[in-house]
Amino acid sequence: MPVADLPFTRRRLLGTGALLGLGVATASRARAADPLTVGVIYVGPKDDYGYNQAHAQAAKALKGLPGVEITEEERVPETNAVEKTMESMINLDGATLLLPTSFGYYSPYLLAEAKKNPKIQFRHCGGLWTDKDPKNAGSYFGYIAQGQYLNGVVAAHASKSKTIGFVAAKPIPQVLNNVNAFLLGAQSVDPAMTCQVIFTGEWSLAVKEAEATNALIDGGADVITCHVDSPKVVVETAARRGAFVCGYHVDQSPLAPQKYLTGAEWNWLPIYKGFIEAMQAGRTPENFVRGGLADGYVKMSPYGPGVGDAARRNADAVKAEMLKGGYAIIKGPLKDNAGKEVLPAGKTYPEKAAELESTNYLVAGVKGSV
Amino acid sequence: MSDGLGLWTVPLAVVGGAIRVSTPFLFVSLGETITERSGRINLGLEGTLVFGAMAAYATAVMTGSPWAGVAVAGLAGGLFGLLHGFVCKFPRVNDVAIGIALMLFGSGLAFFLGKPFIQPSAPPLPAIGFGAWSDLPQVQAALRVNVLFLIGAALSVALWWGLRNTRAGLVLRVVGDSADAARAMGYDVDHVRLLATGLGGVLAGIGGAYLSLYYPGSWNEGVSSGQGLMAVALVIFARWNPLACFGAALLFGGAGALGPALQSVGVSQGYYLFYAAPYVLTLALLVATSSPDRALAGAPGELSLSK
Amino acid sequence: MVADTAPSSLTVAPSRSSASLCIRAWLARRSEAVAIPVGAAALGFLLFGLFLAALGKSPVQLVDIVWRGGFGSPFALGNSLQRAAPLLFAALCVALPARLGLVVIGGEGAIVLGGLAAAAAAQPLAALPALLAVPLMACAAALVGAVWIGSVGWLQAYRGVNATISSLLLSYIAIALANHLIEGPLRDPTSLNKPSTLPVGDAFMLGPMPVIGVHWGLGCGVIACLIAYGLMDRTTLGFAARIAGGNVRAAQIQGLPVGRLIVGFTALGGAFAALAGFFEVVAVQGTANGTLAAGYGYTGILVAFLARQNPIAIVPVAFLLGGIEASSGLIQRRMQLPDATVLVLEGLLFLIVLMSETLYGRFKLFNPHLWAEKRAPAPPSPVLA
Repeated sequence: MPVADLPFTRRRLLGTGALLGLGVATASRARAADPLTVGVIYVGPKDDYGYNQAHAQAAKALKGLPGVEITEEERVPETNAVEKTMESMINLDGATLLLPTSFGYYSPYLLAEAKKNPKIQFRHCGGLWTDKDPKNAGSYFGYIAQGQYLNGVVAAHASKSKTIGFVAAKPIPQVLNNVNAFLLGAQSVDPAMTCQVIFTGEWSLAVKEAEATNALIDGGADVITCHVDSPKVVVETAARRGAFVCGYHVDQSPLAPQKYLTGAEWNWLPIYKGFIEAMQAGRTPENFVRGGLADGYVKMSPYGPGVGDAARRNADAVKAEMLKGGYAIIKGPLKDNAGKEVLPAGKTYPEKAAELESTNYLVAGVKGSV
Repeated sequence: MSDGLGLWTVPLAVVGGAIRVSTPFLFVSLGETITERSGRINLGLEGTLVFGAMAAYATAVMTGSPWAGVAVAGLAGGLFGLLHGFVCKFPRVNDVAIGIALMLFGSGLAFFLGKPFIQPSAPPLPAIGFGAWSDLPQVQAALRVNVLFLIGAALSVALWWGLRNTRAGLVLRVVGDSADAARAMGYDVDHVRLLATGLGGVLAGIGGAYLSLYYPGSWNEGVSSGQGLMAVALVIFARWNPLACFGAALLFGGAGALGPALQSVGVSQGYYLFYAAPYVLTLALLVATSSPDRALAGAPGELSLSK
Repeated sequence: MVADTAPSSLTVAPSRSSASLCIRAWLARRSEAVAIPVGAAALGFLLFGLFLAALGKSPVQLVDIVWRGGFGSPFALGNSLQRAAPLLFAALCVALPARLGLVVIGGEGAIVLGGLAAAAAAQPLAALPALLAVPLMACAAALVGAVWIGSVGWLQAYRGVNATISSLLLSYIAIALANHLIEGPLRDPTSLNKPSTLPVGDAFMLGPMPVIGVHWGLGCGVIACLIAYGLMDRTTLGFAARIAGGNVRAAQIQGLPVGRLIVGFTALGGAFAALAGFFEVVAVQGTANGTLAAGYGYTGILVAFLARQNPIAIVPVAFLLGGIEASSGLIQRRMQLPDATVLVLEGLLFLIVLMSETLYGRFKLFNPHLWAEKRAPAPPSPVLA
């Protein structure tokens, strides 16, 4: 794209980025009164009771903000089609802040577009931005493993079989962190707890997720949670089989009012508001944003009727600790489920530790392999 | 009952999986058997299945009755089938190609109209417990059999018998084997094919209702992962025999349960390969039972796929 | 409309034809192949417009958006062409076996394995100059694809296994195998949240083509279509294949090696499909990963059937489809319609275009043999008795 090779300035006038598109932007766009256009890109349908819905809910809330316009596109595949979507949002809609929300968008697509459009800000959900990447790119994510840890605390109180189950999509760090946290939370209540994990291999595959849930329950698990894009099937299947469930991504309690214990939910709104406020004040939004419960990027579903008083008190106490910030779920001495030491005694990975971005093990007590 | 069943989990899961997962395969392949026996192939049943799933779920949400959902799914499927049957009677119109277009059209329309129904919950179809004799909850769960499965099983026997022993079955086979012979006998070939494709669509729509109203039992855009297309292919595997369709659907459903079950007993390496088990098994059986001499044994002579 | 059964090539009586009539007849026959699908597409848009109007959306805006999003600017054209590129290869994997009467629907598997083979081959070839290594990577991809889909042909020809079902099964198996390798033995340990193979390296990456700015998969895809056309319509091999596709028994009686033809053409189709995966790796992603299974193989089936299995026609059809998909984003953003809108539009459009095939040979305007009937209405009998 023939963008003039202007020196990058951090202090830009509002909305001028649109001028540097393909020349479609008219002069009126450059006026400071023009709204900031934010492009949000989803990999699946906005209504999925899960990952994409969590982002779409935040985007919907943004629509009410003064001076902000939202342009959205759903079901954009993780192919070079997403580059064209970004370019189209920049050139035709005048978007100056882009939020592509799927893991697979980051490299090479987002990085390529960031190089091509130095005046546009790109913030990606889940990617690992480093200093070597373009300065107009960045990434954000939440430590939702904290939510899974709390899920585990509540699950341990509800479980009679001392086995809990996890339906996982793929063995990537963010999923493994959740599996580990779910069990470590449960073991903080009862060290004898174990967790069976089943990988489905895909982010969204309804029948296999249902089969995995059934296999977990047949194997003795009586509390189920998951990390797939759309937990609807897992929640409903588990509840029908009489098992308790902990939710993920968004609040799924309406799907299983009696069996839903609690859930780990995203809250992307503060992150998005932060980016927008920075842009509106003429600053560059932060390049690397991470945070958990303490930052308000992660929240918990309200407790369901299956959560007893002891469980409530226990979980609330842990949550209060987490809200202070710097909470460490991964603490030494810690062994993985093959008996290898992951972390020696005395060492911890607090919530912002970089090591958590490259987890490649399942902790002792998890049945399954990476 | 606090522990699992150990290795017994696997065969039990295969039986349970065969019962749970096979029904959509069964309905779609029975429907396609009727269609193909008339000499047409409708590759678009995947779209019909997805549309049936959406229509059934939406109806069940709005009326509160899952059986009304099944009826509407069958009706909608029938309309898709009739459309295929009507369009393909014109000369030079390729039935395989129309099927592919209908696959796109059916799924697209289902996704388009189904958006408002992702959030609400629909009442599920009832199931009958055949496991009361056992006090193991796993056995009881595996033997919870949905009514549609039983209907499908009965239907496959009835179709198998009907194709051989009824006048309608004979007409269908004659039309499928030789249009000229059928015309000479005074049958309206296009009319028979229209009805056969319509009926195929009805069954595929009902298969979709099972997906959204029983197992996995919810409507979202990923509810079918190609079951409809696979079921159409299974008809060839079953050599256009309704009883064999039942067997193929059970085999496919059971093999599909292998992957999760093996992980739950600790065989956790290489799960992608276990997930491919239904495909590998089907291919192996297909190769083992085929031979160049009887390549088209059982195939309707008019079928474009076998010409 | 006149019912007619005589093939057009036998019709215009030479004695009556002047040179100008000949040219007019030729033009008429040629324009039929354009006018009918274009008219059908227009009707499809009209019907979809009615559907939109019923939902309270503007059909005029839809046409405007499809034009602007898919065709109306250099950016839109680039977008459409980029989306068309993999479809060219994928459609050939259907069209070539189709000439032999085989319906192959498993090109997706060859695409995925082709991409994986290219990425895997990059590692041992890393020391070679790109000019040598990249063609070798393409060969590795093509070889794997040829073996994969060629075995579909072999199973059909020598074991009697239906190609439709075996190709579909093999496609699922291929994707499972590729996922296993990408997330297992071939995984780059530093590919954290997007499991991938080791990158092929910048030196082996292909840049965009000059002027149009789309990656080389497009240019090579068009060339592949031309080669396939030449092979099918201009060589004795292609002629033999078409005879075998029309009537196996007749071909065998004439001593044609039907089995080898089937294996050869399915293998060639598989090699082409694998090249789609190759370009996805060396021109787009830089690694092989799960997104190689993006559904191009399935869209390719549609392209091939719309192109009536003609390799030349694949080019415009893939471009049209690319254009509609390119406009999908604008349809969502400007009309507040869900993503599935474009699926409905495509489905409707293709239904009507495919239905319109029945109209060939029915319009007097396009069919010179019907002109004669107008002048001399008396004997409607076939020209060749």
